[in-house]
Amino acid sequence: MALRRQIRVGSQWMYADEAHKALREALRVMEDEKAAEAHGGHHLPWIRRYVFSTDHKWIGIQYGFTALLFLLLGFCLMILMRLQLGWPGQAFGVMKLLGETRAPGGILLPEAYNQLGAMHGTIMIFLGIVPLAVGAFGNYLVPLQIGAPDMAFPKLNMASYWCYFPGGLIMLASFLAPGGTAQSGWTSYPPLSVIASQGQTWWLIGMVFLITSSLLGSVNFIVTIIQLRAKGLTYMRFPFFVHAQFVTSFLLLLAFPPLEAAAVLQLMDRVAGTSFFLPSGLVVSGQALTNAGGGNPLLWQHLFWFLAHPEVYVLILPAMGIVAEIIANNTRKPLWGYKSMVFATVFLGFMSFVVWAHHMFLTGMGTTISAFFQTTTMIISIPSVIILSSLFLSLWGGSIRFNTPMMFALAFLPMFGIGGLTGLPLGLAAADIHLHDTYYVIGHFHYVVAPGTIFAMFAGIYYWFPKATGRKLNDFWGKVHFWVSFVCINGIFFPMFAQGLAGVSRRLYDGGMQYAHAKQIASQTNPFMSICAIGLLAAQVPFICNFFYNAIAAALGHRDEGLGSNPWQATTLEWAATTSPPLAHGNFEVLPVVYRGPYEYSVPGETAEFIPQNMPLTEPAPRGGGLLPATAVAMREN
Amino acid sequence: MDAHAHASVGHAELEIPYNVHPRPDTGLYNGKLGIWLFLASEVMLFGALFSSLILLRTGAEAWPRGYEFLNVKLATFNTFVLILSSVTVVMAWSHLRLGDLKKGRIYISATVLCALIFLTAKGFEYSHEFQEGRFPKTNNFLAIYFTMTGLHGLHILGGVIVFLYFLGPGAKMWAKEPERYTNRIEIAGLYWHFVDLVWIFLFPILYLM
Amino acid sequence: MSDPAAAVEPGVDVHVHAGIGDPNAHHHSPEQIRREMKVYLAVFAGLAVLTAVTVGAFFALKTFPVRIAIMVALIIASIKGFLVAAFFMHLLSEKKVIYGVLILTVIFFIFLMTLPVSHHANPFGS
Repeated sequence: MALRRQIRVGSQWMYADEAHKALREALRVMEDEKAAEAHGGHHLPWIRRYVFSTDHKWIGIQYGFTALLFLLLGFCLMILMRLQLGWPGQAFGVMKLLGETRAPGGILLPEAYNQLGAMHGTIMIFLGIVPLAVGAFGNYLVPLQIGAPDMAFPKLNMASYWCYFPGGLIMLASFLAPGGTAQSGWTSYPPLSVIASQGQTWWLIGMVFLITSSLLGSVNFIVTIIQLRAKGLTYMRFPFFVHAQFVTSFLLLLAFPPLEAAAVLQLMDRVAGTSFFLPSGLVVSGQALTNAGGGNPLLWQHLFWFLAHPEVYVLILPAMGIVAEIIANNTRKPLWGYKSMVFATVFLGFMSFVVWAHHMFLTGMGTTISAFFQTTTMIISIPSVIILSSLFLSLWGGSIRFNTPMMFALAFLPMFGIGGLTGLPLGLAAADIHLHDTYYVIGHFHYVVAPGTIFAMFAGIYYWFPKATGRKLNDFWGKVHFWVSFVCINGIFFPMFAQGLAGVSRRLYDGGMQYAHAKQIASQTNPFMSICAIGLLAAQVPFICNFFYNAIAAALGHRDEGLGSNPWQATTLEWAATTSPPLAHGNFEVLPVVYRGPYEYSVPGETAEFIPQNMPLTEPAPRGGGLLPATAVAMREN
Repeated sequence: MDAHAHASVGHAELEIPYNVHPRPDTGLYNGKLGIWLFLASEVMLFGALFSSLILLRTGAEAWPRGYEFLNVKLATFNTFVLILSSVTVVMAWSHLRLGDLKKGRIYISATVLCALIFLTAKGFEYSHEFQEGRFPKTNNFLAIYFTMTGLHGLHILGGVIVFLYFLGPGAKMWAKEPERYTNRIEIAGLYWHFVDLVWIFLFPILYLM
Repeated sequence: MSDPAAAVEPGVDVHVHAGIGDPNAHHHSPEQIRREMKVYLAVFAGLAVLTAVTVGAFFALKTFPVRIAIMVALIIASIKGFLVAAFFMHLLSEKKVIYGVLILTVIFFIFLMTLPVSHHANPFGS
């Protein structure tokens, strides 16, 4: 095979003939640009550049900041709840922030506790994690990782952020409604939610905005991934993160609309007096309701969980994608079982649509239907195990670098393991009779989402911060953040399994103290868990400081000069084919062409320690070892 | 346009590949895939409402029959009108492909006209129901009837707004990029056919069963 | 010399139809487009007839059990729906990617239609 001549263009190596073609095109474009500039130029005004931006990278950052703020808010709501749970009925100065109606004299009222509970869940899931995992990480990274200049529909992308943000504001505004905000759980079960105060209506309207935002975003992701991937980037050469986002987008696209329909129906029940979810003969506070009746509360549950089950996979899949990228990079070897992971992810996405009634085992379903959903639920645990096992096995024989992103990614594995395993008894109808609506459930899902997904989010922030800003976050404080968070988070959630098994119900404002059978375990564990929660809050301080210090420094132009565009020596396109941060307009000097798989680390027989995806095939690999060719050339030149 | 060789320098408007011309291996341009994905989500949206109807009806002791009091004649007329509007929009797209903007605009206007006739008839229907004291809160059949036809009507209104935009300020695109404009009409047409499709099922289910 | 970058994704190929309703008709001749327009008019006639049939069947089946009437109405509606989808939306000659998305949607749609109601057939205690 004759070797094709290669030259270096910007930060990439290219075949010379392709490069010449690209450069001729670039020169032509620059001539056009100069001519246009002469006629008054088209620099974007500030509001088009930073507020209503259509650049996926800036939209990703907008999503990121907004989502992190909401996560912090949701966390603070939980701190208030944990103060109440740890020391029921006690007055706290900080509780006074909630006002006299919710916390007279600083003592939290039960109704207010319910408001905190409902909004903690809603904010964390819909305003925090999904926008961060999909809106921030997905938006920023997917076009870069597939070698695209932007998303397929940049204006639609902007529209989806600007549906999310007002939706979030409406959710926040619901706190000001007379009677308080939504207080029927994030699950909003009727009839309680239908007769609840005005805040619930705002919650429903906010949900319509958020769902619309997700729908617009998911269309964008799917079209971008299918249509805009670079030349040579076949599906099985995608970084696993892209597969995860791809399946996640299908889940959002097809599972959210039934919840939107259900929200409309509940709004009709609340505002137009219909009885979709209200059965006949309801009596509230001694007074019979005057509605027509004939509705079915189970209808809401079916429509809600039809979304909410795929939703939990929306919460975990991007996290698995992030962890997979970081593990491959920091073990300096390819992922084990990449193909199985991809097929498992697709199968998982499909199965997630047919397991939802395992949230409804106690609603009076017959044994046949229970058995059906129990079976599908057991089946869906298989792909999760395949993915987690592959990630564990990927560590074997690796040359592990224990930097901060890797610490979070490594912790994800056993934490998600605990979360996943504790889900199994919940998926078995017989065991669920005992465990449904207890703290065991809370422990289970928090393990997957909190030390699971959120740790993966932190891992991603530490890992991709240098790509977005040109600076690394401080590794020492990152490790402090990690260790204190890891210890405290386990302290909060592990005792919940014991509480649940002992019979402590969820959504009790006194944490189980009113039950004779649960009083002992509640009083033994709750204060400890609350202290850990405060510790977890404290652990975020070094992260917040680290983050803002470096973000502001980067914004002021203080890049880390020695860092280069690929500080982690990674193979995927967002590192290998563009600068850090990437070019504001169009991402790449020249759109990359892909020749290789995503994880060519330590390839046997090659002298290079890692080979980027867009490195052309040659025999042998260019000299200069594992350094990016640009750096290698710089070294030779020095 | 060879998207791979295209360098991205400093345009205010970024050129996204395959916006107008299809990508060779998928055979699609971006908007076509996008609208079908959106329609898939709409299938799930209306599907949820159909599912609600089935659940409520099969669980009800008594369920009124739509034809007992709803205006079947008007709804039949509306069905014809909507089917006609589907034909006009596909004719509009065909004429645009032939390069005939004038005929295209006539047919798009005909589509909008049909849509407005549909909405007006709907308005008469609703006000008649209200006058007879039949509201969404009266019983669950009426609740689901008003919700489904109301949501459908909102979708019609959305389509009207889109077509008016393409007749008005959006028509400027024909001068510079006729193929892109034609594609947009095709995409709007696909949305419109879907709205027609929903009505084809809504009509017998709500009025005749 | 083969260009390794020219790898084609498995399972996706380009359809080049010179037939009716080909959506990517950049190369279609005016005659083909005019032929398509005739097909659209024929489909319109079919839809109009079927609408009349729907109403007619409704009257004719008034004395039959409700289940039969519902089935007949749904079958006729499905035929009409098929005509709109196949010809107006040119689904008959659409690309594999679209078919894939729609098949997936139909499967989930079926789950959504059947599973919530299934508890009627299997209530608690049975």
